[in-house]
Amino acid sequence: MALIDFFKKIEPDKKKSPFLHTVYDGFFTIFYTPDEVTADGGVHMRDAMDLKRLMIHVVLALQLAYIFGTINIGHQHFAALGLYPGFLEGLHLKLAYGLIKILPIFIVSNIVGLAIEFWYAAKKGHAIEEGYLVTGALIPLIVPPDIPLWILVMSIFFAVVIGKEAFGGTGMNILNIALLSRVFIFFAYPTTISGDEVWVSGLTAAEAGATPVYNWWHTGFFNTIFGWFNTDAFEPARMVVDGYTGATPLSLAYKGGWEAVTEVYTTQQMWWGGIPGSIGETCKPFIIAGALMLVAMGIGSWRIMLSMLVGAAVTAMAMNAWGASPFMEVPWYYQFYMGSFFFAMAFMATDPVTATSTTTGKLWYGFFIGMVGMIIRVMNPAYPEGWMLAILFMNVFAPLIDHYVLQGNMNRRMARAEKKAALVVATDATEEAVQELNH
Amino acid sequence: MLKRRFSSLLSILFILLFSISASAQTSAGDSTNYMTYGIVAIAALLFLAVITFVSDNLLMIQAKRMGVDEDGSNYSIFPKGKDNTEGDFVEDAVTHKDGEMHNLKQGFDIPLQGVAENVIANDIQVNTFAVQPTNFKGISPIPKVVVAVGDEVKAGDHLFFDKKNPDVKYVAPVSGEIIAINRGAKRAITEVVILADKEQSFRSFDVPNYETCSRKELVDFLLDSGAWVHFTQRPFGVTPATTDVPENIFISTFDTAPLAPDLDFIIDGNGEAFQRGLDVLTKLTTGHVHLGMDGRTGPKNPYVSPVYKEAKNVRKHWFNGLHPIGNVGVQIHHVDPIAPSSKVWTLSVQDVLTIGDLFLIGQYNAKRTIALTGAELGKPRYVETYIGAKIEDLLKGQIEGENTRIIAGDVLSGRTKTMDGYLNFNDDQITVMAEGNEVAFLGWLNPFKGKPSVSKTYPSGLFGDMKYRADTNTNGEHRAFVVTGQYEKVLPMDIMPQALMKSILVQDFEKMEGLGIHELLEEDIAICEFVCTSKQPLQKILRQGLDFVQDQG
Repeated sequence: MALIDFFKKIEPDKKKSPFLHTVYDGFFTIFYTPDEVTADGGVHMRDAMDLKRLMIHVVLALQLAYIFGTINIGHQHFAALGLYPGFLEGLHLKLAYGLIKILPIFIVSNIVGLAIEFWYAAKKGHAIEEGYLVTGALIPLIVPPDIPLWILVMSIFFAVVIGKEAFGGTGMNILNIALLSRVFIFFAYPTTISGDEVWVSGLTAAEAGATPVYNWWHTGFFNTIFGWFNTDAFEPARMVVDGYTGATPLSLAYKGGWEAVTEVYTTQQMWWGGIPGSIGETCKPFIIAGALMLVAMGIGSWRIMLSMLVGAAVTAMAMNAWGASPFMEVPWYYQFYMGSFFFAMAFMATDPVTATSTTTGKLWYGFFIGMVGMIIRVMNPAYPEGWMLAILFMNVFAPLIDHYVLQGNMNRRMARAEKKAALVVATDATEEAVQELNH
Repeated sequence: MLKRRFSSLLSILFILLFSISASAQTSAGDSTNYMTYGIVAIAALLFLAVITFVSDNLLMIQAKRMGVDEDGSNYSIFPKGKDNTEGDFVEDAVTHKDGEMHNLKQGFDIPLQGVAENVIANDIQVNTFAVQPTNFKGISPIPKVVVAVGDEVKAGDHLFFDKKNPDVKYVAPVSGEIIAINRGAKRAITEVVILADKEQSFRSFDVPNYETCSRKELVDFLLDSGAWVHFTQRPFGVTPATTDVPENIFISTFDTAPLAPDLDFIIDGNGEAFQRGLDVLTKLTTGHVHLGMDGRTGPKNPYVSPVYKEAKNVRKHWFNGLHPIGNVGVQIHHVDPIAPSSKVWTLSVQDVLTIGDLFLIGQYNAKRTIALTGAELGKPRYVETYIGAKIEDLLKGQIEGENTRIIAGDVLSGRTKTMDGYLNFNDDQITVMAEGNEVAFLGWLNPFKGKPSVSKTYPSGLFGDMKYRADTNTNGEHRAFVVTGQYEKVLPMDIMPQALMKSILVQDFEKMEGLGIHELLEEDIAICEFVCTSKQPLQKILRQGLDFVQDQG
């Protein structure tokens, strides 16, 4: 085969240039599953599944969210300008606009993350682990479209170096890497990721009369192409329509309850995702489809997903019952129409490394995420969405939950052993008694 | 118990919440105040419950510290309910035939090509046999050999013994001439090789009457005749010490490993020897002899040999499920789990036959029916030979594939052998499989791989009865533990293998013991190693742990 010959030819020397060899090895193992065979003293045959395949299936499950998110970036932009109110109207413009925003974020997040990963792999002399494949696909979906790239670079650097490599690499981290990078932005540069202004991209301000911000890609590159086909093009002179605020359903709900939300957005719109928000979080049906795919393939834990749903629902019911603020009175089932609950449930909470590892533990873990997340969402004025913090919070507690589940298993076994020992003592005693009788 | 109490508390809370929230939405706006009271009341209740639980625990801790709870009296403020130590493990046992039926869900049968056909090959003649001291765990590397090259031995004559345990004799499986005593690294003895006679002759024994003789006489006879080393003692899988008395003896009458021999076929016509063997075994234990019976339903295996069905003086336990359900370790777990202080013996069906023959006809009969299996063989079938048969004699001219690997045992826990190697002491199977030392283009992305997998990311699972050709490729590289819960899905035991493996890697003795390392041997965990996405060497890790625990204990 030609490709394998090519690979053999360009293989760098492992001793002379370890970094190059690690990179080479990383790419080679993507093209070819290596010819490694099982060793004696273990199984002679291995399951066809490996970590690469696992990770790529998570990325596949994200694809619908990617497609929708890309178009929605454009949709929100044009909605602010009062153009193309139907989601599929002006699709070429929305797609072009979305791609201009999302491609740099995707490329930067993968290049930075993988470069760090490669460097550490070379330094430690092991193969490149696949963990970042998923992280690199998740990060673009959980940031606002206008995130400055240098902030993104800083956050990924922080998350991968401090959050993962410092703990020993893939499989050893305590906190979810994608969320760690987001939380870094959240606390270090809060104005870029919270408030009403940031979720709709490409505007000088989120108020009436503001103008769109276009660059060469819009007015030069794409407008030229659209010109050839004689279709609509980007219009730099448009202005943001009257009454536009750019507020997300959650911030509206915080201020005025469910009525305030429904004044601006319909439930249909919120469910299908044509609302401002992080890039990948808005379209619930597509995310649920991804979640179902993960569950059907046995990759994502249904226990975590289900118990998180229950936890959030129960807490929302409690809020309904309490009803001390307008947000608390939002009917519990409508809580799921807003914000990023489903995305967090499907792709963040189920990360197997940072979640609990025991079967029973997963139920508790999911439940508490649902509970804590809903409390943060509704009660905390500073953060109108709670899942990121809730998941990171429960990541820290996952080992504790596991500890108690393991202790339960150990106690069961101990009780069994003690019972048995007691039985042995009892039979010995009877035997002695019988012998005494005989004498 | 605590869990049940807690969950009932939770469900009551849940119902309360639901009703309050429902009424909050239906009633008019003014009810908010009333709801607030409701929530405060629930919070107060919860607070009270927490206080009660904590103080209850403190009370019990105090009782324990003062040592007043040793008589088993209840120092908790809650009444003591029925103690449920069985755990929440999924299993429903119903009375079935003449024993308990265990239906277990977890497990995986690897569908492979090359099952042995139920015929005995008569064109295969094995001439050379070897006894390998390395087959026996715990024996010192240089045992005392009592024969020399050129000596003539009969089947049952002593070959060597361990200087630490001089009473445990290792004997010749066949009669013939000693043609070599091979040594390996550090002069350790690896093989005592015998060229078999055409006509077998047997050492004559003065067989005691097992029904009337004392246990000591029986044990001495078993030691002298070489039958003792057929016992494997759990925990750790060692040959028992001469003073050990087992709680129970377990025998599995079916094997679910990939391509495993059909023990119903092997036992055919050996009913008498089998029953005699069982009768002898009952004299050795303070408990019972337990038979693990094949209770699989459906097309899997409807036939159970009458020899097993009609066996007397034993307790039968029927098992229905997937591999490793046929492993004796799994069966013990469901019948009478091994505690750290336990001593339980296991042996295979053919070992029982050897012991039975000893008491029935007075000969050490090391006859073994070996399954030659694997897709690389022309005709997978059975061979009748003796313990320690030479691989070359068994497989010469049989292998059709090129670039193959020969495994003594099954593909999960067998050992690699070369043509000039010998079968191990406990083997009843040879598997020949393809070496998979080839790269596969985009192998990890390929939806149809032609390889078995538990993963549902392969649509091949949809096509029912597909059988695969085994190869040795790892299908990916070694990685850190990432996926959780996958081992539990294939191990039908109340054990958490991943937590156990991690505790072994950090040498946490108490956790290893607590998480049940005593209940496992390598073969039980092998299916977990097969499914491992991170390609971790679980059997090796487990052996490290077992050795560590054995040293410490």
